[in-house]
Amino acid sequence: MADDMGKFGIEAVRLGSPNRRQFFQLGAGAAAGWSLAGSAIAQTERPTNPPDKPRGQVIAALSQEPTVFHPLMPGIEVDQGVWWQVFSLLWYIDPEGNFVPDLAREVPTIENGGLSADGLTWKIKLRNDVKWHDGTPFTAEDVKFSLELINDSNFRARSRVGHSLVKDIKVVAADEIHWRMEAPYSPYMSILGSLTFIVPKHILEKVSDPNASPFHNAPVGTGPFRWGERVPGDHILLNAHTGYHGKGPYVERVVFKYIPDLTVLYTQFRTGQVDYTGLQGILPNFVQEAKTLKGRKIFVSATSSVEHIAPNLEFGPFADRAVREALYLAINKQAIIDALYYGLPTQTESFVPQQAWSFQQGLPQHKYDPAKANALLDAAGWVRGSGGVREKGGVKLEFTNSTTSGNAVREQTQQLLIQDWRAIGAAMRVNNMPAAVIWGDFWQQSKFNSVLVSVNFMLGSDPDVTPRFGSGAIPAKGGRGYNTYQYKNPEADRLLAEGAKQFDLGQRKTTYGDLQKLIRNDLAILPMFQGFIAEGVKEGLQGFRPNINTSINCWNIREWYWA
Amino acid sequence: MARYVVNRLAQAVMLLVIVSAIGFALLHLAPGGPLSQFAVSGQMTQEDLDRVTRQLGLDRPLPIQYLDWFGRMLKGDWGKSYRDGEAVLSVISSHLGATLELMATATIIAVLLGCWIGILGALRRYSLFDSLATVGAMIALSIPTFWFGLVTIYVFSVKLGWLPAGNRQTIGDGSFLDLLHHLIAPAMVLALVETAMWGRFMRSSMLEVINQDYIRTARAKGMPEWRILTVHALRNALLPMITVAGLQFPTLLGGALVAETVFTWPGMGRLFLDSIGYRDYPVVMGILMFSATMVLIGSLLADILYAVVDPRIRVG
Repeated sequence: MADDMGKFGIEAVRLGSPNRRQFFQLGAGAAAGWSLAGSAIAQTERPTNPPDKPRGQVIAALSQEPTVFHPLMPGIEVDQGVWWQVFSLLWYIDPEGNFVPDLAREVPTIENGGLSADGLTWKIKLRNDVKWHDGTPFTAEDVKFSLELINDSNFRARSRVGHSLVKDIKVVAADEIHWRMEAPYSPYMSILGSLTFIVPKHILEKVSDPNASPFHNAPVGTGPFRWGERVPGDHILLNAHTGYHGKGPYVERVVFKYIPDLTVLYTQFRTGQVDYTGLQGILPNFVQEAKTLKGRKIFVSATSSVEHIAPNLEFGPFADRAVREALYLAINKQAIIDALYYGLPTQTESFVPQQAWSFQQGLPQHKYDPAKANALLDAAGWVRGSGGVREKGGVKLEFTNSTTSGNAVREQTQQLLIQDWRAIGAAMRVNNMPAAVIWGDFWQQSKFNSVLVSVNFMLGSDPDVTPRFGSGAIPAKGGRGYNTYQYKNPEADRLLAEGAKQFDLGQRKTTYGDLQKLIRNDLAILPMFQGFIAEGVKEGLQGFRPNINTSINCWNIREWYWA
Repeated sequence: MARYVVNRLAQAVMLLVIVSAIGFALLHLAPGGPLSQFAVSGQMTQEDLDRVTRQLGLDRPLPIQYLDWFGRMLKGDWGKSYRDGEAVLSVISSHLGATLELMATATIIAVLLGCWIGILGALRRYSLFDSLATVGAMIALSIPTFWFGLVTIYVFSVKLGWLPAGNRQTIGDGSFLDLLHHLIAPAMVLALVETAMWGRFMRSSMLEVINQDYIRTARAKGMPEWRILTVHALRNALLPMITVAGLQFPTLLGGALVAETVFTWPGMGRLFLDSIGYRDYPVVMGILMFSATMVLIGSLLADILYAVVDPRIRVG
């Protein structure tokens, strides 16, 4: 059945579904065959017989509350759930990684003349049948306004990465816009296709303060759903926009229900009060039980995030690559995955998700080998001192590891890491903090020894990790980025610079493949596994399509409908 | 009396200033900040974070930020939420109704049930009922609200299917019956501790009164027992409960915070927790000042009422 297919062909887990091992095999097989079968799978996942006009409602439960409705302002993943419904992009990235035209008539390429060969001139042709929710026609002026707003010094824009390179924006016609880039920057295609939602000029140009206006709490977009109401702390209601320019929407209303406690959220899904469990989804410990629920389907999908141990490479022992390799060898990764994550995630060696076009196959695979780790440390001159802790040149092999306090599974992971590393003479202490603390200066200014964290390194679907691994992106050294690992490698800088100005996919694949090899070899991060999410959907609700290129899997509610 | 009230008001204002200064300092000195949530998501670079920090005025020295906030607060401008840009007073008022609804229902249950248990316990001192009530109160006071809430959901929602597992209303319904249906479980959970406390206080107060000479005299005069109980004993026993009622607000608010989380009740308690998590300084300070004001008003009203009914307080 087409709608039983999860991301990349992973079958939805249902009553009588494969066991965990079989499930994993399915997932691995699907991942391996993804590049060949991607588009075919996408077709089979599309809704087959949606209703002629919107019918019914969907209650989507989220564990965080969406509060930022201006899609160009600082927001978190959960806010994107609303942005995707209310606004549109020039193009979006589908689950297979393809750019799909949305407000644009076609995606600009060098071949179709939308991009100049040097990547500096962009010419975008727009649809002329799009209307804002208030009936005003959408034009190229809206696109110009949106891009200029992002670069407006008074506007509290989320990010100007890529946008700051845009110069000389010219509206050629109501349905065509041109601009020049200060420097070639190929990831901009992905930046425009992931979170650069277009906002209405005719409304926002009239507000005196671009950071505060009625629009912020009652947004007007061109997306499949119109703003309905918000009951703070409870829910947001969106109504179908029947004049939507794309396919759908097929339901009359979408309700985003805010349920902060994940156990309570799962209970409400179990009792049928909500139709979909989003964002953090179902806790791993409930997944097995959830599979047995009647009238519910559980999808376990890969995400772009990579769970890893982030070493501060400027911190004593971690500056020594031999230490990082020994620590990596001594982690019993599979035991952690099986014992704490119920075998749901897959091991990875790269910062790129395994389903992406840029993923480098054949990276050295992690092997749990404490004996080799010990030998490596012996050879590197780290000798066991008092209490069995190794030291070298007066530096002890002891460090702290931090993560968000209250995250039970990560805290248990830390306990297993302590045991694994104690066996090779490394002493780890736990230093956990609340989210608002740990991700503040402690993380941003590299004040940690090591952190257990999950990070999505991708820019939409683009593997450009200059802000993460570029030597000029270290905040603790005044850099412009979030290279909190303090990773510095001239070869990585060269590859990053090269990749960012390449527009040929084959060339880029080689460049970012080399970069993945380099990062894996340097062990700039100690990757644990690729992120995953278990989401529940009520049986009969069709069209759910997880998308690894978005941060939230309810990106396409426009395609959802009740069978 | 007027002087007494003015003195108490002046003390209350001083307390509010102290609470605001300590609250502001503690909140801002805690590590992290409103933008830390964006740092790990990778959508914003350090440069972006610094720029937004400047735009929000968070890079200014703390005393300047405090004086600025305090000055604006006095003029009625409590600032805007960092999360959704709404005015703080509007954010608070949008959550207040739900909390008041929950607290009022729980209080009504607790007062009626607690007083009844307390009175009956005092009248039948050391009886089986009294013993059971005492043990029950101890258990109720010992049960964590969070756990009791989850058990309630498990029994009444998951197993029996009688009550909704949470939320304030069915979206699209919103009828009075629907609201009531949703209110039963959280109000019951919130009322548990309150009932126990009211019961214990009422029992003690009642015991004190019924052992007084004038009750004995009334009985000796042959006055009917129901009349002794309602006219003489109960009226006097309820007097100390004025203070209890005034001081219950913080406990009730604390309980509501937990009950609202378990039952996904969109009230102030959850708003407070969320706002702390996001380091939404204006909203946290707004709720802090609002709650402190409510507590002080409650305590002030209790004091004044007590002074009205017992003139010795004013003199003392």
